[in-house]
Amino acid sequence: MFIHDTLLHRLKRGCETMAYPRGPAPPLPGRHGGALQVESSKCPDACRVCVPLCPTRAISRELGQAVALDMGRCVFCAACVEGCPQQAITQTGDHRMAVRRREDLLLGAPGQEQVRLAAALDAKLRKLFGRSLRLRQVSAGGCNACEADTNVLGTIGWDLGRFGIQFVASPRHADGLLITGPVSKAMELALKKTYDAVPEPKIVIAVGACAIAGGPFTGHPQVLDGAAAVVPVDLYIPGCPPHPLTILDGLLRLLGRLESGR
Amino acid sequence: MSASTPFALLANTGSLPWAEVPAWPVADFIRACGTELGRGARLCSLFGVAEGDTTQLVAVLAFDADSTLAVGRSTPFSGGYPSLTPKHPQAHLFEREVWEQHGLTPEGHPWLKPVRRTAGNAPANGEFFRVAGGEIHEVAVGPVHAGIIEPGHFRFQCAGEEVLHLEIALGYQHRGIEEGLGGGPYRTTLIQMETVAGDSSIAHATAYVTLLEALAGSEAPLRAQWLRAIALELERLANHTGDLGALANDVAFLPTSSACGKLRGDFLNLTALLCGNRFGRGLVRPGGSRHDLEPARAAEMLEKLLPALTDTAQAIAWLWDSSSVRSRFEGVGRVFAAQAAEIGLVGPAARACGLVRDVRYDHPAGWHRFAQSPVTVWPGGDVFARARVRSLEIQRSGEFLAGQLNSPPEGELHGDLADPEPDTLAVALVEGWRGEVCHVALTDNAGRFRRYKITDPSFHNWSGLALALRGTAISDFPICNKSFNLSYCGFDL
Repeated sequence: MFIHDTLLHRLKRGCETMAYPRGPAPPLPGRHGGALQVESSKCPDACRVCVPLCPTRAISRELGQAVALDMGRCVFCAACVEGCPQQAITQTGDHRMAVRRREDLLLGAPGQEQVRLAAALDAKLRKLFGRSLRLRQVSAGGCNACEADTNVLGTIGWDLGRFGIQFVASPRHADGLLITGPVSKAMELALKKTYDAVPEPKIVIAVGACAIAGGPFTGHPQVLDGAAAVVPVDLYIPGCPPHPLTILDGLLRLLGRLESGR
Repeated sequence: MSASTPFALLANTGSLPWAEVPAWPVADFIRACGTELGRGARLCSLFGVAEGDTTQLVAVLAFDADSTLAVGRSTPFSGGYPSLTPKHPQAHLFEREVWEQHGLTPEGHPWLKPVRRTAGNAPANGEFFRVAGGEIHEVAVGPVHAGIIEPGHFRFQCAGEEVLHLEIALGYQHRGIEEGLGGGPYRTTLIQMETVAGDSSIAHATAYVTLLEALAGSEAPLRAQWLRAIALELERLANHTGDLGALANDVAFLPTSSACGKLRGDFLNLTALLCGNRFGRGLVRPGGSRHDLEPARAAEMLEKLLPALTDTAQAIAWLWDSSSVRSRFEGVGRVFAAQAAEIGLVGPAARACGLVRDVRYDHPAGWHRFAQSPVTVWPGGDVFARARVRSLEIQRSGEFLAGQLNSPPEGELHGDLADPEPDTLAVALVEGWRGEVCHVALTDNAGRFRRYKITDPSFHNWSGLALALRGTAISDFPICNKSFNLSYCGFDL
């Protein structure tokens, strides 16, 4: 009997996969706030109100310089947004945050109010990976939140498989690594071995504040402050954890799949 | 029972001056611990507090039936002490941890080796237990596993398909959380607590902030406590639903697997509706709550919660209606009630062995003093029982939330929070979705953290998974593992 019920129920629900990227992206949760924007021209001289508010020391200001906010270390707690008396740091509501170069996450300098979004892979790699990308995920000190919201991309709502992207069980079957966590020293060897086992050419994606720069654990002697300490990184996706939409945007952006909308 | 103990008594989220914690020479202290454990107390935590070149051992015990916690300590010593483990196996990992952190040797410990210490670029695992014999083979799995999952190493001793022994070696996720807390709290501390185990952000953050409140001799406004309780149940709903889906997937029952995968996300989105983050980060704050659940938002949450609960109930009904699923779950990965009590299992894993053990009921604190769910217990101790307890807890969390969202307490969201009292010890237990989260803080004479001890439920429960595998086919490891779904980083800290 349950077979009948199950099939009927599924039929009634229809296709539950979201329309994005052909249709509009689902909105971020209202209180999420999205990517940050820093307009340092609004900062009075020597104002450093936001600097000590940041739990992960993502904000700094050298004497006589513009304020610098590192979105790679940001955990999106919005303490700086709420604390800035000049509204120089604001939320854009934008889910798109992935970048190709670490410095593209630094905000504050003139002309660098927002992140510089990732460009696609070059033509040769796009030809190889654009319609079929196999990734091996390595958690290296990750807290299981970035892992969970990467995993969620495989569920029916997101259906990562429709883009030809799949997580595989062996690095031998993979085109690259997706790394989470600040890279604990205890995972250094395992991460290196996993990377070496992926055949060339290969890419590396760092997901979350930890994998980008150590996140909440930056400076702890037991961690290496991010994936780049061990392997070269091709894509950085900020967040604590990044919303699944932000991760998906990053992956599609890297593969040049957003222009065509498919 | 607790009335006659020589230990100092306190309630959950209580505090007491360090000087009032009774101290004995270590042999007497161990004997006193053994006496209490022998008459039904449970070991919540056992850890060292450095005192110059020497160390004091501190034990936090729970008398569940009396809703009372008890604390005692040894006088400072170095070298060795008689191990509790041979008589009380629930102490085994704690004693290894103390040995690793303070160099104190538990004499007579049957399996003394590192817990999570890093040696160079990998954990200091030490030798693995080996079964001898011509037909025995060894299977090594990890640290990097096949799915999107945290790293750990499993070493199986097998005779054919049958697992004779499983040894679990962790430490790959060690980030140095406890070591980094000395002299704290710091501005990074709250986000570190929210990422002790990222799927239990609310549980760990709640334990941490209630400790700060206890050390300051205050508590958060009721409305904030209500919000923490709501977020805690949303966390439970999301994880239990996801795990039932994962269990279904591991026995190739795809209807429930695909439905629960999506529904888990629906519950995470309810947490995001409350605070913007799907894992509840940024909600819990020392002294209160950062976000409110205004009437319109509460109504929206209820409106989305009810259909998600109905869909979840339906997807789980398919699971129980399928005889092929039941036959895969029943009798697999059994932990007996006596074993569970002996090794100190907590949470759904303990309740699935028939043990009535739930912090929300045994040691109510915060909002759970005013509102409770019945404790979910199922006998059996197998994968079926663990899945069954999860599914019943989904129902009860759902009912709890539906009731609570309709009856919010009025009042402030945030109260004043004084600095922590100096030379004070405080204990906070929270029933996370995996079980008992235990945080203990001891302040120095300036009111800063002298010692901060975190015990994730996984610290108690990994031994349960190892026992569940004994006599089980190695091919059933995935469903046994999923039925516990323990935290690697919560253990490794």
